[in-house]
Amino acid sequence: MNQKPKIKLAVWKFASCDGCQLSLLNCEEELLTVAENIHIAYFPEATRSVTEGPYDLSLVEGSITTPHDAERIKEVRQISKNLITIGACATAGGIQALRNFQDVKDFTQIVYAQPEYIETLEKSTTIADHVQVDFELRGCPINKYQLLEVINAFLNERKPNVSPHSVCLECKLRGNICVMVAHGTPCLGPVTQAGCGAICPAYNRGCYGCFGPSESTNTKSMSNWLANLGVPQEEIKRMYRTFNADADEFKNAGGESDEK
Amino acid sequence: MKNKTIKVDYLARVEGEGALYLKIKDQKVSDVKLKIFEPPRYFEAFLRGRQFDEAHDITSRICGICPIAYQMSAIHAMENAFGVKIDGQIRALRRLLYCGEWIESHVLHIYLLHAPDFLGFDDAFQMAKDHGAAVERGLTLKKAGNDIVEFLGGREVHPVNVRVGGFYKTPSKKEFSALKEKLEKARDAAIETVRWTSEFSYPDFEMDYEFVALRHADEYPFNEGRIVSSRGLDIGVEDFESHFEETHVEHSNALHSYLKTGGNYFVGPMARYNLNFDKLSPLTREVALEVGLSPVCRNPFKSIIIRSLEVLYACDEAIRIIDEYEKPKVDAVEIEPRSGVGFGCTEAPRGLLYHRYEIDEKGFILDSKIVPPTSQNQNTIEEDLRHFVEPRLTLPDEKLQWQCEQTIRNYDPCISCATHFLKLEIERE
Repeated sequence: MNQKPKIKLAVWKFASCDGCQLSLLNCEEELLTVAENIHIAYFPEATRSVTEGPYDLSLVEGSITTPHDAERIKEVRQISKNLITIGACATAGGIQALRNFQDVKDFTQIVYAQPEYIETLEKSTTIADHVQVDFELRGCPINKYQLLEVINAFLNERKPNVSPHSVCLECKLRGNICVMVAHGTPCLGPVTQAGCGAICPAYNRGCYGCFGPSESTNTKSMSNWLANLGVPQEEIKRMYRTFNADADEFKNAGGESDEK
Repeated sequence: MKNKTIKVDYLARVEGEGALYLKIKDQKVSDVKLKIFEPPRYFEAFLRGRQFDEAHDITSRICGICPIAYQMSAIHAMENAFGVKIDGQIRALRRLLYCGEWIESHVLHIYLLHAPDFLGFDDAFQMAKDHGAAVERGLTLKKAGNDIVEFLGGREVHPVNVRVGGFYKTPSKKEFSALKEKLEKARDAAIETVRWTSEFSYPDFEMDYEFVALRHADEYPFNEGRIVSSRGLDIGVEDFESHFEETHVEHSNALHSYLKTGGNYFVGPMARYNLNFDKLSPLTREVALEVGLSPVCRNPFKSIIIRSLEVLYACDEAIRIIDEYEKPKVDAVEIEPRSGVGFGCTEAPRGLLYHRYEIDEKGFILDSKIVPPTSQNQNTIEEDLRHFVEPRLTLPDEKLQWQCEQTIRNYDPCISCATHFLKLEIERE
């Protein structure tokens, strides 16, 4: 049998909570197998040893919020044969993209004790806004089994089996009663990408959209349904503007656009 | 060689992005900087204008390692603002959820981040080649913590079931049986962990710290208690800001906290243990004494043993809560928002986590303040480095650098948490 060299994996962090890269360490039952089959060449959260690039696969967590990071992501791209973004920060700017809807300049004047110590960009932007991305894995946080699937697909040179359909389908698969139809609970499931396993409806709660917009989604119709349930317009807008606020389908949804 | 500089450009095996800078002049440490360059994310800013019942899901995104801590401090602050007190089984379930987070977070640090320092490996993957059984035990134990969080919260990271007033859905008693079995095994693994870590070799290093933690009359602290210190501080949570102060220093994207009366202080497992030893379960106290750990410990390197003891306590407490559980009549009590200010302080795995919110009569957030544990420990970490390094200046650079990293990792610093905020105190000045 041919002994292929192990692929070199790097895990990078930008503005984020660490939860998505933690998902790799949360694969308690699979972690040692992954480490046996992959050369973990750069993963500062887990190891102090560093193997120089180039890397076969880079997992990138976090959004771009500083001039330094805007340069650093270009370097990461240069030394990565494949670059996969993990999580809502990297794929949709994250919760910190809520700054994109405000006047950050005024805000900074008010807010900082020592603004001159801080270097930050006006907007929090996705990795794909800066460099070419080979695959985007959604979620705030990502689902660890989807992460394993993506790594596995990469190892076996096939397309990751990650469906772009909405949470509604996962609800049906799980046997959840529709919280919106049955209980009148506002739910973003119809416009949100699957992947979480429809956990919120399973816990009697409406989906809050943490996996971002699903493919070819209809937020206008969604907003009408929410309005029919009596959700005030301002609140509808707020519902879209959480962890994937800068995703195209969500940022203008639920009212007049007031982005910069 | 009188003068030298030790730099660690990117600290490994900590959560978030930080660096260390140490300057040595004439055999003295002339400068120490724990630099936090994790970019600021402005949570307190965009919390304004959000509804009171959004804060816990939003602030949980400050840290993927301790989301429960953020959820708990936020909901307790909101309930405090609205004059609601949660008791009975909902209160117990919150403790159970916190047990899960302590286990998951502490075991991550013990086995994957900290133990490799003591055993001389770059990481747990290398360590697993020689200590396979130990690493396997750690991963199984870590999973038990995550299993609690997933069972009660829906998923390990940023769970979805917590709400102001209670939970979206509480489990039935019989759903707990599988979890309880796992926790009984986990408790045995936790005892093994205490014994395992107590056999590591520890540098002879003690400091005269002021320890700060919650203390509660009836229990080891998670969600409630008064803020007490080893030098006699004893205040209600609402008085936090009268006694603690933060400053913004140039080298760090995180604010540094001080006690107004006494300077540096120490939060986290060792502070909790020293101030609450009598509240640990009998089994936990027994195992502590068995491995020779006295009720007061001042060697920060031994924090790994104390974390292990807290894992044991959390397993023990989780089993007790499950045994006494009865499904509550309601999943959550009704909440009527009103204008006011609410304070919440809970014990995150890394120590005291303070939240304050000002709410208007419609339930919108007007102002907020969040003080995470790592920013409170930053000065203490720098002081430790100063005192630890000086007698060891003759060590080769590589070894000295590694020991400095280990000194920082004693605190399990969560740099993602420490930087998130960087701002708002400001407006109140």
